[in-house]
Amino acid sequence: MTGEVPAYGSLRDRLASILIGGSAVLAVLLFFVVRGYAAQVAQEGQDSILSASVSSILDAAVLRDGAIELDFPYASLSMLSTASDDRVFYAIYEDGTLLSGYGDLGDTPAVAGDARTFASLDYDAATVRVATASRTLIGADRPRRVTVRVAQTQDALAETLNQISRNVAMFGLGFFALATVLAYWATSTTIGQLSRLTTSVTRRGPQDLSPFLKPVPREMVPLVGSLNTLMVRLEHSLKQSEDFIVEAAHRVRTPLATVRSYAEATFQRVQEPENRTALRAMMRAIDESSRAAGQLLDHAMVTFRAENLEREEITLDAMLRDLVERMTPIAEMRDVTLRLDSDGPAVLRGDAVLLQNAFRNLIDNALKYAPVDTAITVRIRATPQLSVDVIDEGRGFSPDEIDILATRFVRGHDAEGHIGSGLGLTIAKDVATAHDGTMVLSNTQKGGACVTLRF
Amino acid sequence: MRYIAVLSLAVIPLAAIAQDWEGRRVFGDADAPQSLRVLSSTDTSFFVPIIDSFLEGRADVSVEYLSTGTADLDEIFRENPDQYDVVISSAMDLQLKLTNDGYAQRLDGFAHPDWAQWRSSLFAFTTEPAAIVINTAAFDGLDIPATRQDLIEVLRENAPRFDGRVGTYDVRQSGLGYLFATQDARASESYWRLMEVIGSLNAQLYCCSGAMIDDLAAGRISVAYNVLGSYALARQDITEVLTVILPSDFPTTMMRSALVSNASSEPALAEAFVSHLIRLQSQGSPEDFPLPSLDAIQDTTGRAAISLEPALMTYLDTLKRQVFIREWENAIIQNQ
Ligand SMILES: Nc1ncnc2c1ncn2[C@@H]1O[C@H](COP(=O)(O)OP(=O)(O)OP(=O)(O)O)[C@@H](O)[C@H]1O
Ligand SMILES: [Mg+2]
Repeated sequence: MTGEVPAYGSLRDRLASILIGGSAVLAVLLFFVVRGYAAQVAQEGQDSILSASVSSILDAAVLRDGAIELDFPYASLSMLSTASDDRVFYAIYEDGTLLSGYGDLGDTPAVAGDARTFASLDYDAATVRVATASRTLIGADRPRRVTVRVAQTQDALAETLNQISRNVAMFGLGFFALATVLAYWATSTTIGQLSRLTTSVTRRGPQDLSPFLKPVPREMVPLVGSLNTLMVRLEHSLKQSEDFIVEAAHRVRTPLATVRSYAEATFQRVQEPENRTALRAMMRAIDESSRAAGQLLDHAMVTFRAENLEREEITLDAMLRDLVERMTPIAEMRDVTLRLDSDGPAVLRGDAVLLQNAFRNLIDNALKYAPVDTAITVRIRATPQLSVDVIDEGRGFSPDEIDILATRFVRGHDAEGHIGSGLGLTIAKDVATAHDGTMVLSNTQKGGACVTLRF
Repeated sequence: MRYIAVLSLAVIPLAAIAQDWEGRRVFGDADAPQSLRVLSSTDTSFFVPIIDSFLEGRADVSVEYLSTGTADLDEIFRENPDQYDVVISSAMDLQLKLTNDGYAQRLDGFAHPDWAQWRSSLFAFTTEPAAIVINTAAFDGLDIPATRQDLIEVLRENAPRFDGRVGTYDVRQSGLGYLFATQDARASESYWRLMEVIGSLNAQLYCCSGAMIDDLAAGRISVAYNVLGSYALARQDITEVLTVILPSDFPTTMMRSALVSNASSEPALAEAFVSHLIRLQSQGSPEDFPLPSLDAIQDTTGRAAISLEPALMTYLDTLKRQVFIREWENAIIQNQ
């Protein structure tokens, strides 16, 4: 029945990989966005210092005797000191002609144009940031245009950016780690609901077909709903077939009893030996059938009651004493002694009807298969574990069949000649199981059969 | 064509050697397989023990020590940066500009304080204050000036006595003189007043500290302004005659610095030399390292040296220099 279900992928893996993959993408995105922003801010910072430097140089420009004089302050370049000792270059132009500084620093500036510009360019094997600005000085003869250009390498900037990148990377990693833990947790709790349902399905007894009523997450309601519907249908069809068996057994038993009484009466009347033989065979067949019908009914009853077991306090020794007493007349007919051996009160919570039925079947077997003039012992032990042995002095179970005798409709090969249907041990075993107990078949040292029920 | 090529190959090193050096000395075996050319503004005498200890255990190395003035040095080196391995100069501004212009090689892995290096390329290894040095005898009966203001007053009040007997750097010739002058001018207006006074006394202008100290010792001048005190103190023979005054109003302290040429043919050896220099300045005894170490000034008076920063290039700007030199000339050259 437990066929291997082929697995296709894993919900947990899929959920986890979506969550973890998503957070990885987010972390990387975060890294680039923050880094990009930091780079922009850092560049703006450098630009504003370069701009201030350019302004302070430009401000110092004066015209003296028709010549440009530029006594710019120490601070103009001092403000460009950085922790990484960045290199500084500058150039001062008058109307596009170099006055002083580094002449090869970028293109010669255009004479027109007022805008303050910033640019990055390669200078002497390094990338420099250049700020350029101009100012017009009104001379006596003509206006002069002074252009100042200040450049700085970007070592400190790169250092700052590296620092920020490292920090952001650490932050991103931390975020990712946290997200992974969260993803794992989320996945586990989600899948946990499924596993819990699985456990409660697995833990059910084979007879338990009642619906699942514990609350489940909304998404699982349809699944549990269909499971419950399936259970109801299953239970319904089981019940139907049980009902059918009970009904069938009943219908067979009643007419059989009638037929049996007619056959009995006829048997008394006929004298012909062959007619008597035929009638004896007929009566035996009727007995066989009616026994089978009875056992089937009992079996159905046991199955039904075991399903909804009603437990009550039962004094097992008292119950068995009663049973033994009731069966003693039958035993006496066969010259068999029926003994009860009890070591004290034995109490069990269970269904009295089922237990009586089980023990009756066991004593019935002993009476049926043990020879005359022997003894049957029903031994009750309350310690160490509550157990009942039904022991006879007959031929015992044949060892090659002992494992299958408790299976439905299975009879021993030596059972020929004894009326029976092969359900007695099955009923006893089902009753033991319903009471969370076990049934063990064995043979005594003297060879007699011993059936032990442990609870 | 080929002849010319061969000729020029032969001429270039000759030309380099044919240069007029203030001092030129080869340490170690002249034919040694490895030779280090050190271009320096420092008098050779200071470097004798330093180079000797460097050559200990380096049998296959020779050091050629070439010394000249700071301004010359800058020019010579810029022309042929591949001819020299190590450049040592007291003109911090010129050294910094060399480094800024990419002539210096980065040397990583030196444990050197941040304020004493720039771009891990330029390494300061001394601190030397500019001093007022006087011929003690010439001040007989006068108060020894402690500040620039004191000096101004003494000179003013005794003008006839000091006429033609005050010396200072000719900032047009000397890089170090220019550095001292510009830093003084930056720090205080009293510099210009002092220059006016010195100018009115027919100042004697010098190329170098050494010459000024010689004249002081010989009594040809009585006061020298902005001289390297370290040079005066190093002259054991004349300590009796001279008094070295570190002006107490504000200090102008220079750091001598070294760099390894980017075009050096012996970069490893050059690096070893700079490393040796740095180690000696912090660990060496006065015999091994005759110059004041980096800590010498910082420790005793807490005076900060001129800082190594790009702003040092400010006064090297042609326009700025023009303005400054003109003002300086106006102040100092009055009667000539
Ligand atoms: N006490 C016993 N001694 C020897 N064999 C036994 C004993 N009890 C049961 N058996 C063997 O086990 C078989 C199964 O017993 P079970 O009670 O299930 O069926 P049954 O007795 O044949 O029929 P019924 O359903 O009428 O009891 C028997 O056919 C018989 O071979
Ligand atoms: Mg039986």
